[in-house]
Amino acid sequence: MRNTAMNMVHKLAARDERVLYIGSDPGAGTLRAMSKEFPKRHLIEGISEAHIIGMSAGLAMEGFVPYVNTIATFLTRRCYEQVAVDLCLHNLPVRLIANGGGLVYAPLGPTHQAIEDIAIMRALPNMTVICPCDADEAARMMEKTLDWTGPIYIRLGKGGDAVVSKAEHGFEIGKAILMRPPGDVLMVTTGIMLQRALAAADLLAAQGIRAGILHMHTVKPLDTEALLQAIRGVKLLATLEEHVPSGGLGSAVAETLIDKLGSGLPPMLRLSLPDRFMHNYGSQDSLLKKHGLSAAAIATSIERAHAASHTPSPQLHST
Amino acid sequence: MIQISPHAEAALTCTLDERSLYLRRLVLGSVRSAGRGHVGPALSLIEMVRVLYDDVLRIDPKNPRDPNRDRAILSKGHGCLALYALLADRGFFPLSELDGFCGSDSILGGHPEYGMVPGVEASTGALGHGLSIGVGLALAARMHERSYRTFVLLGDGEINEGSVWEAAMGAAKHGLDNLVAMIDYNKLQSYGPTDYVLPLEPLADKWRSFGFAVQEVNGHDVGALRTVLKQVPAVAGKPTAIICHTVKGKGLPPAESNADWHHKNKLSDSELDAIRVAVGDF
Repeated sequence: MRNTAMNMVHKLAARDERVLYIGSDPGAGTLRAMSKEFPKRHLIEGISEAHIIGMSAGLAMEGFVPYVNTIATFLTRRCYEQVAVDLCLHNLPVRLIANGGGLVYAPLGPTHQAIEDIAIMRALPNMTVICPCDADEAARMMEKTLDWTGPIYIRLGKGGDAVVSKAEHGFEIGKAILMRPPGDVLMVTTGIMLQRALAAADLLAAQGIRAGILHMHTVKPLDTEALLQAIRGVKLLATLEEHVPSGGLGSAVAETLIDKLGSGLPPMLRLSLPDRFMHNYGSQDSLLKKHGLSAAAIATSIERAHAASHTPSPQLHST
Repeated sequence: MIQISPHAEAALTCTLDERSLYLRRLVLGSVRSAGRGHVGPALSLIEMVRVLYDDVLRIDPKNPRDPNRDRAILSKGHGCLALYALLADRGFFPLSELDGFCGSDSILGGHPEYGMVPGVEASTGALGHGLSIGVGLALAARMHERSYRTFVLLGDGEINEGSVWEAAMGAAKHGLDNLVAMIDYNKLQSYGPTDYVLPLEPLADKWRSFGFAVQEVNGHDVGALRTVLKQVPAVAGKPTAIICHTVKGKGLPPAESNADWHHKNKLSDSELDAIRVAVGDF
């Protein structure tokens, strides 16, 4: 996914003179071909994220479309004020390509694990937040970033994630993709949780539970219409995210439903990482598994919640 | 022992001409109307902004988005009253707007906002942002082969921020001789003396070592500022830093070098009298 997104910057740069690549101190050889073909538009500016965001704002004010790239935690936590003021307040078309969203950098520990990035980026007015699920979708997504108004935060996965998106799904920023039609259950996913949801849906089907999947690649702006359409008739709504419980996809979905429906919400299960830093290493996969986000654990959680949603709730009686 | 710059001594003793007094009347009139404002930071800055807008910047108030205009960013956004006075006086917006400072429907807030105030190039207020934006503007000028220059006005307290020095390294890396950093070195930040809060000396050496061509000047001497600013870039191939030795609250004796006047709320009758004595009726 990462290589694809990077190569797309080169492709877009070949088509459009406004496109710049700005890296802090990326891996050796990052976009080498672009650096040779467009040396003036391939900028490596040092481990100075606060400055890079401000500089990108200045370049965007003059008509450029900078694609800024470094590790997700450094592109969010390190320079949050610059992102808020220089990019969002001015509503400038800077694209933040965040390597290693979620637990990709599991072995490197909590300083490198972007587990609250969706929340803090989503909180900023004018910011768009996109979490593609695989390389093919990342390529389609990048095409759409060129002329989007305002800043975009792009949360990339590890690379090598199974390709599950299809060309016929297309890609529009802010338009969710219904991967499987809703049954008793609807799972709403973002990023690479889609692959796990698909596997969980198969496991649930084997138990006789039909589970639909709405892939919400754009967490902000959230596709309210698709969400309201997809939850019709479902008995359980589950959100899946590689993120702390606060402020991410689950929060966004819950907020939207409360705002739009007020009452009559379906029972909801929010599956996420816990509200704490990870003090285990291993791999993205092992940490997700540890926190109940393997396909099997997702299916089990949903099965339990689905069963509970069939039992009558205790009624409140007024006296 | 730190040597006191002769420019700093001159800044303390120099007198102000009628235009400088007039601009102070505009600033203090806004403070009187709003019952609030950063007085000291604006008064130290006035001559820097005045010379820029009167004599240096290639700008047209009737065409504030001209792509070839020089860009100026007030990175120390809390000094905005000085900028507002100049922009109003130069015709970017009516002088009457100054009376609405910080009002609920005013275009003029306590920090300048891009898109709200004609002539303001970037929203500032959070410190340590302007020089990086200026690097982007200056780099864009080179990439677009445009001849405009970019001037960034920084506070001395502001350059406590590490991002300023990140930006300085970036400007030097690109050899941006179309970029000028002007430091309002009034030596007094919100809490107290810069030497107490976070010592900056040797300040000129710092900027030099970060790759800038450095000039020092009495920041209230209009003629000297004109001379220095007309000669930028000071060295071809390098960004320029102009350390403007100033006095916080310059021109208003009770406010001069007085941290209590960093931000002022309602002005008392005796303070209003002192202002009239210092700058004239307003």
